[in-house]
Amino acid sequence: MSAVSAPERATSSASVMPDTPGWARWANDHRKWLFAAPAMAFVAALIIFPLAWTAYLSLTDSSGSVRAESEFIGFRNYVDVLTDTDRFWPAVARTGAFTGVALLVEVVLGMAIALLLWRPFRGEKWVRVAILLPLVATPVAVGMMWRLIFDPNIGLANQALGWVGIGPQPWLAGQHTALPTTIFIDIWQWTPMVVLILLAGLTSLSDEPQEAAMIDGASAWQRFRHVTLPLLMPTVIVAVLLRGIDALKTFDILYATKGRGGGSFNEVETLNVYAYGLSFDYNEYGLSSTVLILFFLLIIALMWVLTARKKKEEAGR
Amino acid sequence: MKPGKGFKIFRVVALIVVVLSLVAPLIWMVAASFKTNVDIYDSSKAVVFTPTLDNYNTVLQQANYVQFIVNSLWVAFAATTLSLLLGVPAAYSMSRFNMKKSALVVLMARIIPGVSLLVPWYYVFSNLRMVGGFSVLILSHMFVSLPLIVYIMMGYFDGLPDELEEAALVDGLTPIGAFRRITLPLSVPGIATAGILSFIFSWNNFMFALVLSGASTKTLPVAIFDFVGYASIDWGGLMAATTVVTLPIMLIALFVQKYVVSGLTAGATKG
Repeated sequence: MSAVSAPERATSSASVMPDTPGWARWANDHRKWLFAAPAMAFVAALIIFPLAWTAYLSLTDSSGSVRAESEFIGFRNYVDVLTDTDRFWPAVARTGAFTGVALLVEVVLGMAIALLLWRPFRGEKWVRVAILLPLVATPVAVGMMWRLIFDPNIGLANQALGWVGIGPQPWLAGQHTALPTTIFIDIWQWTPMVVLILLAGLTSLSDEPQEAAMIDGASAWQRFRHVTLPLLMPTVIVAVLLRGIDALKTFDILYATKGRGGGSFNEVETLNVYAYGLSFDYNEYGLSSTVLILFFLLIIALMWVLTARKKKEEAGR
Repeated sequence: MKPGKGFKIFRVVALIVVVLSLVAPLIWMVAASFKTNVDIYDSSKAVVFTPTLDNYNTVLQQANYVQFIVNSLWVAFAATTLSLLLGVPAAYSMSRFNMKKSALVVLMARIIPGVSLLVPWYYVFSNLRMVGGFSVLILSHMFVSLPLIVYIMMGYFDGLPDELEEAALVDGLTPIGAFRRITLPLSVPGIATAGILSFIFSWNNFMFALVLSGASTKTLPVAIFDFVGYASIDWGGLMAATTVVTLPIMLIALFVQKYVVSGLTAGATKG
């Protein structure tokens, strides 16, 4: 980055100005931290204490009220949570399934749509408008909208199935169809995000490698597979990172469509919904903190793997 | 490169499918908001129906929605303004002085699940008697906005050449003066991008307001749930409520499309 050498020059030129008052000179000399510190302090205050407290709570039997006395119980919560095959592990599985399936479909579909939009065409503007709409729509409202469309009795989805002669489906109301349906809603809302990111990546690629491959007689698929995709890989990983983090933390759509606890069979209860319920419906702060710490570690681990992959990808170029 | 004719036809068909599947559900939502509950239940009135404003009357009069609209506007506006005040100088510093590790602290806020912070926040803020007030809502929404703004603005400042500032220093401006009079005016498009996106995300935020807002400080995404009863749902009212939440933000986004897109894709192409 060319900015690295700028500060020295900038700072030295500040001290050559004799007519600046002392405090102004001090501010100029220390502007690096003067600018950065307030934002950092704000975020740190809202993160560091809460995380430390969550870590502490996970070692106690805190429950009932956040102000109630609690006892230090060591790692008993961790043993309880990690051996809990009723709620915890199913929630982990659902989180994995939700994130994995949504992410896979969003990236494949997003790539296909981005490739369609890559070269200029008439009506481009309208397609871009359509792509933007789900992205800025309020997720809770989106959840409610799909709840009406997927209503088993009055929803458009079953009416449409009726027109083509397929029987009604329970969609969100079914014990086994609810999770796939919420995944569908996530795909509807967030595939456009992947499209935008990949499209930005595609438009920044230079045309020469493509043209060279074309002259060599490569087919469209070969050009995509061996030229475009490798060049686009860093952007793909950025998209996977951004979407992956958010998909892991999905809450709004699940809460809007299924309410507290992820439905009567907990059929859409992901780690995030489970932890929310433990905290604010059952007031089991010790247990919920344990779940959250484990959840947090999972996210950090995934981030680490993906960023390492991204670095490798960049080094290989 | 020119695409072939076969591809062109395929592309038109595929794009129509894409556009329809993205837009049709939203149109359905808006249409339902103009139907009576009887018409919503009647599949023969799916497309042709007599529109009514009853649902909007319910929403705007009975449910005290105007108050919630004002709440949402105020929280999103305050959180965005304060986050810009904190975030823009921070992003400048982090970009110019290459403070990667410091930037990571701020970006951590994007990664951590919000629930893991809510219990401690709730504890502290309820002891400070702030839960249910605007200040705690604004603070929590700033937690969403600030990292977003720092992320977007860092990318923006990275792209501004140093030479302009250096020239200003030679002409006798102090470094802070150069930031204020040269860099900031040049950054207006970036600041607009960051501000708009921050406003949208704050407006849409649900979980923080669900826990930290009170009866009179509710924001729109939380107020939507007023239409979901234990036994039955007032679908017409609910769809009017969701339309009231989503339509303004969509209109804003359409008018300033360029900024929204560049904000959403910020940092994506730098690899």
